[in-house]
Amino acid sequence: MRHLLSISDLSKVEALQILNTAEELARVSDGPMKKLPTLRGRTIVNLFAEDSTRTRISFEAAAKRLSADVINFSAKGSSVSKGESLKDTAQTLQAMGADAVIIRHGASGAAQRLADSQWMTGSVVNAGDGTHEHPSQALLDAFTIRKHLSHGADDLTGLQVAIVGDVLHSRVARSNVLLLTKLGAQVTLVAPPTLLPVGVDSWPVKISYDFDSVIAQMDAVMMLRIQLERMTELFFPNAREYSRYFGLDKDRLNKMKPSAIVMHPGPMNRGLEITADSADSARSVILEQVTNGVSVRMAILYLLLAGSQTIGASE
Amino acid sequence: MSSTILISGGTLPNGKKSDLLVKDGKIESIAEKIDTQGAHVIDATKSILLPGLVDLHTHLREPGKEDSETVESGSRAGVKGGYTALSAMANTSPVADTAGVVEQVYRLGQSTGLLDVFPIGAVTRGLEGEHLAEIGAMADSVAHVRVFSDDGHCVFDPLVMRRALEYVKKFNGVIAQHAQEPRLTQGSQMNEGIVSSQLGLKGWPAIAEEAIIARDVLLADHVQARLHICHLTTAGGVEIIRWAKARGINVTAEVTPHHLLLTDELARSYDPVFKVNPPLRTEADVMALREALADGTIDIVATDHAPHPAESKECEWQEASFGMIGLETALSIVNKTMVETGLINWQTVAERMSHAPARIGLYENQGLELKVGAPAHIAVMNPTALFKVDRDLVASRSRNTPFHGMELPGEIVATIFNGAVVCERGQS
Repeated sequence: MRHLLSISDLSKVEALQILNTAEELARVSDGPMKKLPTLRGRTIVNLFAEDSTRTRISFEAAAKRLSADVINFSAKGSSVSKGESLKDTAQTLQAMGADAVIIRHGASGAAQRLADSQWMTGSVVNAGDGTHEHPSQALLDAFTIRKHLSHGADDLTGLQVAIVGDVLHSRVARSNVLLLTKLGAQVTLVAPPTLLPVGVDSWPVKISYDFDSVIAQMDAVMMLRIQLERMTELFFPNAREYSRYFGLDKDRLNKMKPSAIVMHPGPMNRGLEITADSADSARSVILEQVTNGVSVRMAILYLLLAGSQTIGASE
Repeated sequence: MSSTILISGGTLPNGKKSDLLVKDGKIESIAEKIDTQGAHVIDATKSILLPGLVDLHTHLREPGKEDSETVESGSRAGVKGGYTALSAMANTSPVADTAGVVEQVYRLGQSTGLLDVFPIGAVTRGLEGEHLAEIGAMADSVAHVRVFSDDGHCVFDPLVMRRALEYVKKFNGVIAQHAQEPRLTQGSQMNEGIVSSQLGLKGWPAIAEEAIIARDVLLADHVQARLHICHLTTAGGVEIIRWAKARGINVTAEVTPHHLLLTDELARSYDPVFKVNPPLRTEADVMALREALADGTIDIVATDHAPHPAESKECEWQEASFGMIGLETALSIVNKTMVETGLINWQTVAERMSHAPARIGLYENQGLELKVGAPAHIAVMNPTALFKVDRDLVASRSRNTPFHGMELPGEIVATIFNGAVVCERGQS
């Protein structure tokens, strides 16, 4: 396949190939010459129809370290904000000769629409589509968990991971459930019942409404960003009550296993889903997630665009 | 306009093979063998003859949205699908909430002349759900409106719904309700369930439909009025209608062809051609709908033919318009899902797609049995001929068919309206 749209398109072998490639590329990034010539002459477009500074610059850094030419196309001030259709944008990028488009979009399925349409021929990388998926985030999360907790094993067999918060609206959660379980981890979703999707009982996960009862068994705790507008949409009464039941504070931090890590995809709401104590604690690998993000995204671009190497199964 | 037409060797809905002679707009004779010199002969030896189909739910888009459909193009799509009567929904621009607009639509239908176009009047002014539209004036107009609907919007306010149901009793009218609880479906994109949760598309719970159906059958019972439920889609809704009918409540219900065949699994493509209101549901719902149509809990098949221009579908799912076209494929879908599966016979097809919708709409000259002296509205269909749906070859002005590329059983050989061949072999 030529695209990375959903974790469900990847086999376990392909997912591990991305992680292993990222590890090799990370060694390069640690060296004195950070740049590889692999994608010289290739054009990669960052099409960000939704604001996301961190994901965009992470992909931009990844592409530049592989010597690709990067064009940033973001919503503000562009034709996208003037109501241009996705089709017209895609055809424009095609006409400019984009080899790959990295798309962040507020609509679920936007990346797949781009890939399945006849609007453009380049590779499509989903950098977050609505409340659907964010595959590169899940890959960097798995990479980070493996590095800390797998003790040299290839996959995540036997590890316990809690994903805590607004699962209903989280593309990070959807991609992580698919990937972490594929790699052998046991995932527990922790949220108030209002923030779990209908049909979640068909997912390969455990469900808990009670953070305190599960936290001590976890090897990794992944906190999701909670948006305050969820309160006005009646998902929970107020921020204080949300924090009390589902926030990661010092007391909960102290209940965790000695080796357990704290993760967050960012950007954080300090004081809401996570306290400063927890975010800045020794258990926190949040900044490391950012660093690993560049290596994982290099691996994705490398495997999609360099020569005949491919990731993913279906065309 | 009328001429002499001999439909030779066809099979009537009751299974009898007969010749049928049409003259001066009426069925002149039905007999085993009819010899007529100079008649236009339609070979129906492989075909079923049905009374011209009657659609109780069509979006013809005129006035106001002529880029997607007109009364004329919609009429062509209708006769291509075997229809001789359509009911033009009120959500045009301007809304059909006054006598002036319904008369305009009625006259456009007359001047096109391919089939009968019966305008449906809005229940509330501007479809806003607050004040009753000019229901009496529309009923008394040339268009003689008897069916009222805010389709696309639910008549949500229970008091408004009660008053509307009561008001149309004056002339035995009917309120056709689009059952959708608005608060439970804010921003909803597709059926709420396993698929919507995986796709990250906002769910549209079955209960949002069922809650309104339950409320309205109780209201209809209370005020002893006629209620019609548009496009039923859920197994739970079927149960409520079944209960209401057993209780003697004067309620009728319709199902669309697409809800008899397609499920929410199709949303996995994120192709908005499968985005429709109400949404495609699950396999279990589809099976319940088929069973209900077979046993009469659901009275009729109605297309909810909803044309949209290309740009409304060539986009992200959540940006796209709701709706599918369906006039040209409806009978084939019913053949595939209901007849070929052995659930109903052609007599019942005639009932569900012609007699019953005409009865509900009080369309006196339509939906009559094929017998001598009856007006000649006839659909001739070869049920075993397969055809491949091609969105580039539709008569509708829009191409948003969810059946594109599908091979369907049943080709409309000819459609006869008022004794004239209005479509033969796909040409109108």
